[in-house]
Amino acid sequence: MRPPDSGDLPDDGASSVRRRVRIHAAPLAHQATQPAANGRAVDAAPLVGPGGAIERRASTQGREAIFDVKDVSIFYGSSEAVSGINMQIHRNLVTAIIGPSGCGKTTFLRSLNRMNDSVPSFRIDGRILYHGHDIYGSEVDRVEVRRRIGMVFQRPNPFPKSIYDNIAWAPRNLKMKDGLDERVERALRSAALWDEVKDRLNQSALGLSGGQQQRLCIARAIAIEPDVLLLDEPASALDPVATASIEELMQTLKNRYTIVIVTHNMQQAARVAERTAFFSLDVSAGKRSGVLVEYDDTEVMFTQPADRRTSDYVTGRFG
Amino acid sequence: MMNDPVGRPQDVTDLPPEAGGSFERSLPGVQEPDSSGMSASDLPDLSGPLTPSGNLRRRQLVSRLFEAAQTASALLAVAVLGLVIYSVTARAASVLSLSFLTHDPPLVSGESGGGIAPAILGTIVIVALATVIAMPIGVLSALYLTEFASPWTARAFRLVLDLLNGLPTIVVGLFVFGLLVVGHHQSGFAASVALAIIMLPLIARATQETLLLVPAGMREAADALGVSRWRTVRGVVLPAARGGILTATVLSVARAAGETAPLIFLSSIYGNTISLNPFSGALPNIPVYIFTSSEAAEANGFARAWGAAFVLLAFILFANIVSRTLSRRSALSR
Amino acid sequence: MSSSTRLAGALPGNARSRVRLGDRIGDGVLYGLCLGAALLALLALALIVYKVIAGASPSVSRFGLGFLTHSTWEPNFGIFGAGTFIYGTAVTSLVALVLAVPLAISIALYLSMVAPRRVSAIIGPLVEMLAAIPSVILGFWGIIVLAPFLQAHLEPFLHSVLGFLPIFGSTPTTGTGLFIAGLILTIMVVPIIASLSRDLFLSVPRELQEGGAALGATRWEVIRGVVLPSSASGVAAATCLGLGRALGEAIAVTQVVGAGNAIHASLFQTGDTLASRIADQFQGATSALHIASLFYLGLILLVIELLVNVAAQWIARHFDVRRVGS
Repeated sequence: MRPPDSGDLPDDGASSVRRRVRIHAAPLAHQATQPAANGRAVDAAPLVGPGGAIERRASTQGREAIFDVKDVSIFYGSSEAVSGINMQIHRNLVTAIIGPSGCGKTTFLRSLNRMNDSVPSFRIDGRILYHGHDIYGSEVDRVEVRRRIGMVFQRPNPFPKSIYDNIAWAPRNLKMKDGLDERVERALRSAALWDEVKDRLNQSALGLSGGQQQRLCIARAIAIEPDVLLLDEPASALDPVATASIEELMQTLKNRYTIVIVTHNMQQAARVAERTAFFSLDVSAGKRSGVLVEYDDTEVMFTQPADRRTSDYVTGRFG
Repeated sequence: MMNDPVGRPQDVTDLPPEAGGSFERSLPGVQEPDSSGMSASDLPDLSGPLTPSGNLRRRQLVSRLFEAAQTASALLAVAVLGLVIYSVTARAASVLSLSFLTHDPPLVSGESGGGIAPAILGTIVIVALATVIAMPIGVLSALYLTEFASPWTARAFRLVLDLLNGLPTIVVGLFVFGLLVVGHHQSGFAASVALAIIMLPLIARATQETLLLVPAGMREAADALGVSRWRTVRGVVLPAARGGILTATVLSVARAAGETAPLIFLSSIYGNTISLNPFSGALPNIPVYIFTSSEAAEANGFARAWGAAFVLLAFILFANIVSRTLSRRSALSR
Repeated sequence: MSSSTRLAGALPGNARSRVRLGDRIGDGVLYGLCLGAALLALLALALIVYKVIAGASPSVSRFGLGFLTHSTWEPNFGIFGAGTFIYGTAVTSLVALVLAVPLAISIALYLSMVAPRRVSAIIGPLVEMLAAIPSVILGFWGIIVLAPFLQAHLEPFLHSVLGFLPIFGSTPTTGTGLFIAGLILTIMVVPIIASLSRDLFLSVPRELQEGGAALGATRWEVIRGVVLPSSASGVAAATCLGLGRALGEAIAVTQVVGAGNAIHASLFQTGDTLASRIADQFQGATSALHIASLFYLGLILLVIELLVNVAAQWIARHFDVRRVGS
C-alpha cells in the first residue's frame, strides 16, 4: 500500500484555474517513465504562484503510464474517425479529452475498453497498450478488458431492477458473493449516493432522478473495483447541481482509479482534470478525421498552449 | 438495432492460470468519500496479461455453450423446413408434369396417372372469391379504425378483430356450415365465406398499420386545401397505402390457400371433373384433396396427393417471398 | 365539413351548393361504408358465437357440465363426453409448449444476438416460412415420414431410456398418438414465438446492453440479466399466441393422433383433441345429438381460445409491452 496522501492544498484564489492537487511522495512499483536522477522519491517541482501560495504541478513524472497509445487510427469502414493518436494516460490522474463535436473523442474513448467491437465496420490501426499489453492482441479476452476498464455513459442507463440489484449484478456474475451487502454499501458510499438511497435499496432504480441515476451507474461501475474508469460526458445530460456532485466525486474516485473523461465542457475539464488532451478535426488531404492536437497538464493547456488551434478553442474563438 | 452486445466470440487460447490466482482482492474498509481517502491497493493481476482471470474462463465457456445451443436450435428449425420441403418434392417428383397440372384425376380412384386440374382451378376460384369478399371489408374497417373511430371505439374494435383472428378455423367452418349448408348443400361459395372470415382480420390489421404509416402531413395538406374527407382518402391516403394493402392481401391469400379445416365441411363432396361455379355445389380444392387422400391410405392417391402438396407448398412459399420483396421495396421507397 | 365549405365559398352560387352537397354525400357514403364494414366484422364474431352456442344447446341441455368430465364417447349409444378430448388438447398443447418455448427463445436469441446480420437476414425468413407450411401438408408429412421414424426409432428409444415415466410407459406400436401430435404442433408453434421474440429482443435498448457489457459481463450474462428480463412479458404474450395456435389446430392433429377414445397416461397411445375430433367425425355424424355434441366440443374450444386470447392481450397491455404484430 502506498503511504497516505498528504492533505489538500488550499486553492489559490488568484489562479485562473482552480483545482485540487495531490502530492505523491513515493515512486510507483512499475515505472514507465524515467525515475528521478537520484533514484529517490520524486517530488513534484513546486511553483510559486502570483499570490505567493505554492502551486504544485501534477506532473506525470514518476507516474506509471497505464495506457500507452501508439499511432492509433480508427476506421468505420472506409472513413477514418481518428488518426494518428499518440498519448499516454497516467495512473490516478483525471485525464480529460476535450474538443468540438464529431472529432472522435467518444470513438477514441470507447476504443480503450473495446466497446467499439460491436460496431460492424470498426477497425483500428496502431496499438493501445494497457500496462504494456496490447488490448487488441489476439489472445486478449475483451470481457477481461472491460472488467478492468469500466465505463460510464453519457445518459444514465440503469437496469430495470432494484437499486441493490443494479449494483450487485456484476459482482454476482464475478462470483463475489461474500460480503455483497457491504460491497454494495461501499460502492454507493463512494458514489456519494448511499445516504439518499439506503432506505430504498429494493425500489426500482428507474425511480431515481437523473443525477442519482448517473451516480448509481458510477457506483455500479466501481462495485467490481476496476482499474480504470472511462467517463463519456457523464454530466452532459444532468442539471448543474447534479453535474457539480459528479465533478466532486471524481476528485475522490481518482485516488483509487485512473479516470479518463470526455467532455465538451472546457470549464469542466479545467475544474476536474490534471491532464487535458485536445482533439480536433483535421480536414486536410480530402479526409475528415479527428486528431490529437495537444496534450499536456491542464494548467498549461489553458494558459500557455503550444498550438494555435488549442488556444483558439480554449478562448472560445471556435468550437 | 444492436446485433451484438458483447461482440463476436473471441479466441481465447488456453494459458496456464496466473500465479496471482483469484481475482478477488481484499477490500479495504468502508470508504469515506473525502479527499484524504485511501489509495488503491496495487494488484499484480491488473497489470498482467489480459487473458481471463478468476472465474472468467468458466463463464466464457458457459456463454459459448449457450451460443452453441442457440445456433443448433436455429439450424434445427431450418433443417426441419428443409426436410419437409425435400420430402414433399421427392415424393411429388414422380407425378409432376404438365399433364398433372392440366388433367382430371382418373375415374377410378385406385388408378395411377391423371392430374389435379379440377382441384387447382377450384382452389383458385374459392380463394379469389374469398379475397373479393374479404378485401373491401378489411380495408374499409381499417379505414374506420384510422379515420372515424374514437379512441375507445377503436380499442374495442381492435379487440373484435383480434378475437376474430384467434378463432379456431374449425369453429369458423362449423358456423358457416350452420349458416349456409344446413338445409341446402355444400358450395364453393360457403367455402369462400369461411375463408373470407379468416382473411378479414389479417387484412384489416395489416391495412391499419399501413394507413398509420401514411404521413400525417399528407392528410393535413389535403385538409388545408379544403379537400373533403372522402376525396382525401381516395386520392391521398389509399394510394399511399397501396403497397402495404397489396402485401397484406398476398399474405392472406397464401394463408387462405392452405386452409383445410372449414373446407372439409363446406366443399368436400365433389366430382372428378372441373367445376367453376361456386354457387352450384362444392368445388374440388387442393387442401381437401390432400386431406382425403392422406386418410385413404391408397398408394396412387398418395402420389397425386404429394403432387398436389408440392403445388400448394410451392405457391405458398412463392407468395411469401413475393410479399416480402414487396414490403421491402415499399419500405425503401418511403 | 368546414374544410369543404372553405373551398366552396370561393365558387359561384349553385356550383357552391353542388360541391358542398357532393362532398357531403361522398363523406357520408364513406363513413357509412366504413362503419358498415366494421359492424359486419362485429356481426360475424357475434353470429359465430351465437351459432355455436345454439348448435351445442341440445347437447348442453342433455349433458350439462358433466360433459366436461366424462370421457365416454359412444355415438351408437348416444353417450357423449368431452373428457378425453380436453385431456388430449391439454396434453398435446403442453408438449408443444414445453418443447417450443425453449427452442423458440433460443432461435430468437440466435437471430438477434448471435448471428451476424447477413446470416440472420437469411435464417430469420426461413424460420418464418416454417409457419407458412399448411397444416394439411405438415400432417401428411407427419403420417408418411415422421410417424414411421417415431415408431421405429424415437419412441422405442424413449421407452427404453425413460420408460419408468408414465408418459413414456407403453410400448409404441403405430407412431401415431399424442406424442407425434405434440411434435407436429411444436413445429407449428416455434416460428410464431420465435419471430415475435426476436423482434422483442432486438428492441431492448442498446444502452442497457452496453451498460451490461461495460461491467465485464459475458454475452450470456447480458442476455440473462438484461435482455431476457426486459422482454419477459412480451415473450409470455407471444407464448399465449402460440398456445392459441396449438389449441385450435384440427387438421394436422387429426391426421396423426389416431382418433382414440380413452384417456391414457402414455403419450405413445392414441387420443384425440377437441378440434381434431370435430374434424374427424363431423361428416359422418349419425344423429342430431352427435352433431350437437360436436358443436359442444366446438363451444368448449371457443371458450378456451377466447380466454387465451384475452390473456395474451392482458399480459401485453398490463406489462407495457410493445405489441409487435399479431
